[in-house]
Amino acid sequence: MRGHLGTRIAQVIPTLLLVSVLVFCLQQLMPGDPALVLAGEERGDPQVLAQIRAELWLDRSLPVQYVHWMGNVLQGNLGFSWRIRQPVAQLIFQKLPVTLQLGSMAFAIAVLIGVPAGIIAAVYRNGVWDYVANAVGLAGLSTPTFWLGIMLILLVSVDLGWLPPSGYVPLTEDWQQSLATTIMPAFVLGNAIAAILMRHTRSAMLTSLDQDYVRTARAKGLGEFIVVIRHALRNALIPVVTLGALELGTLFSGAVLTEQVFSIPGFGKMIVDAVFNRDYPVVQGVVLVTAFLYVVLNLLADVLYVVINPRLRGA
Amino acid sequence: MRRLLLAATCALLTAAPAFSQTFRIALRQDLDVLDPTLATTYVGRIVFAGLCDKLFDIDEKLNIVPQLATGYEWADDRTLVIHLRPGVKFQNGEVLDAAAVKYSLERHLTMQGSFRKSEISAVDHVDVVDPGTVRVTLKSPSGAFLAQLTDRAGMILPPKAAEAAGKDFAQHPVCSGPFKFVERVPQDHVTLERFADYWDAKNIHFDKVVYQVLVDSSVRLANLKAGTVDLAEYVVPSDAAAVKADPKLRLIVSDALGYFGITNNLANGARADNPYGKNALVRHALDLAIDRVALVKVVFNDMYSPGVQAVPASSPFYDSALQVPTRDVAKAKALLKEAGVTTPVKLELLTFNDPDILQASEVIQSMAAEAGFDVHIQAIEFASSLQASQRGDYQAYMIGWSGRLDIDGNTYAFLHGAQGNNVSHYANPTVDKLLDEARGMTDIGKRRALYAEMWTQERQDLPITYLWIPRNIVGISAKLNGFRPVPDGMIRVQGLEMAK
Repeated sequence: MRGHLGTRIAQVIPTLLLVSVLVFCLQQLMPGDPALVLAGEERGDPQVLAQIRAELWLDRSLPVQYVHWMGNVLQGNLGFSWRIRQPVAQLIFQKLPVTLQLGSMAFAIAVLIGVPAGIIAAVYRNGVWDYVANAVGLAGLSTPTFWLGIMLILLVSVDLGWLPPSGYVPLTEDWQQSLATTIMPAFVLGNAIAAILMRHTRSAMLTSLDQDYVRTARAKGLGEFIVVIRHALRNALIPVVTLGALELGTLFSGAVLTEQVFSIPGFGKMIVDAVFNRDYPVVQGVVLVTAFLYVVLNLLADVLYVVINPRLRGA
Repeated sequence: MRRLLLAATCALLTAAPAFSQTFRIALRQDLDVLDPTLATTYVGRIVFAGLCDKLFDIDEKLNIVPQLATGYEWADDRTLVIHLRPGVKFQNGEVLDAAAVKYSLERHLTMQGSFRKSEISAVDHVDVVDPGTVRVTLKSPSGAFLAQLTDRAGMILPPKAAEAAGKDFAQHPVCSGPFKFVERVPQDHVTLERFADYWDAKNIHFDKVVYQVLVDSSVRLANLKAGTVDLAEYVVPSDAAAVKADPKLRLIVSDALGYFGITNNLANGARADNPYGKNALVRHALDLAIDRVALVKVVFNDMYSPGVQAVPASSPFYDSALQVPTRDVAKAKALLKEAGVTTPVKLELLTFNDPDILQASEVIQSMAAEAGFDVHIQAIEFASSLQASQRGDYQAYMIGWSGRLDIDGNTYAFLHGAQGNNVSHYANPTVDKLLDEARGMTDIGKRRALYAEMWTQERQDLPITYLWIPRNIVGISAKLNGFRPVPDGMIRVQGLEMAK
């Protein structure tokens, strides 16, 4: 196990290096000159454009630009946002907790809805509850985030006036307002993942419930609840955890849209704005940090397998 | 557990925003740096309107009125003497005097990365006559110079604070406006709070102003309807009816300073080498094929004005003799025949991904088809479209301009042969001469006559097919009193108050 973890940790550095090269090269392929965007309505002045290019090293060759940026990153400096002239690390520090809060709430909602619904669907296979859970799951999967977000804003905020339609208040500032501003976007974000989790839990549970050890547990006279939760679910959870870890990526990409709809100043909104404004240091910084988080979360999923399934401890 | 859930639900339900003396403005996009010398965005100017006063301002009728200045006179056609308002303080306690004005103008002119340099490049030098008087000497006469001082170039900064902060000034900007900077969360909001020593404090009725970035128009409208913002600085024309129908809201529509049109590639690279780029008759055929009145009716619910020049009807430089042409498909077809081109004439119309602009492009496509054009719409993201236009990688480009107070700001950079924003690469010595002459004059009547002559030539050559003049569509709470719709679209907080 230690060896396996060691290998996985060693893979982190080349992975991040590859991501940094990829994101650096890919954004150069994007059409649109950053100097033109940054110059705004002064874009007609060639002197202004030349000055911007010189200041931001855009007049140097690509490898020189990359080495310059990477050199700074290795010293812990992710650079400055070209557009708002704030350190990228400071921006990430401001935005990451927002998306983490939204993501955690969304994931909790997804698990709270998806896993029980999957269990119920499997236990009452081909029954009414199975059909209801499947129908709800399918609806969750098919509903576009953007549409659901706008509809909820119109219903819950404009018509009923229950929750603020958009914006964000940090947990540390006012927890009530913070929950009020994030509960709706978290539901929208968690909704699609809940549907996926439900379908996978159902399928894994159906497999588990047909196993010999479940039959044995029932033969021993254990109650159905114990059989389902202690015996079947524990084994069924391994593929669900794998999927959950993979869905964390979906959570981050989903946050891009959700944050746009609810005007939440998180990671997703920051990267969209940075891409449209050709704010390369922000794009690079955000992608690098996201890749790092993704790798770490997958590493955590590996550890979690071992916790759930004792048979893997000797591996 | 049940009690806990109940308590949490109650807490959430009672967490609706409390109304205090805070004024909330919804912005259509995020701003850039909060430094008047380095800033470039339109929405940034809206925040500056609460943060930084200017030497001069403009009123609803586009008159230049004093703000930090009390008056001015031209000593000769190159020397402007400005008299400053006494007793004005910056938000850090420094005194606003002639030395601060000299410092600020020189900062705009010399600071690395300054975007104001080109706006006030006419300045030769600035002298302090006495603490309350400053003399600006220009390199040559300029009819547009005073108008520049009504915007960011006229914003005065405290020398000590600006010098100490350098390029980091935007992290904590200090000015002399009615509200001082508190915080900025990028992509989210900017908060300002009341400056107690403001020179016009009696006209300020809010304790705080929060500028909330709400990019999506539906979300902006939802916030306005829910009362979480008091004013949306831009309501899209398709949402105007919803604002009008809501008794809690008011819709204010007023003339704007900009324009929208099709920039035609006449000589910018190989993509200009086609009948549309080389033959004015073909461009005239398209011009006649477009029904501007129907276009603004269909796409913009009749909220914008059809137009064929770069300024609104309220501008003193508006040429009332220049009428919007009536659609004439038969004449358009005849022009194409006269031009000797094979129909359908293929035309690629470059546009950016904006729902309204895309819809307008489609309407033009359909109108042009009737006259013998085969218009292909190429819709790309805004930054890419800008680059394509600069490179000359386009035939016709749907693009607008936010507009400036003086007509020179709406014409010179786009129609003069030697200018970078002239992506059409249009070069007509007559137009260049008229634009240069008009720029060097201060007499409005004489300048208007020169511009009228210039429009005659422009309409013959059609480097830009002007289509419509946008209008400022602002949605406000019905309780808000004192709102003044000024054509530059800035939200002036002076005099605004919420009815009890």
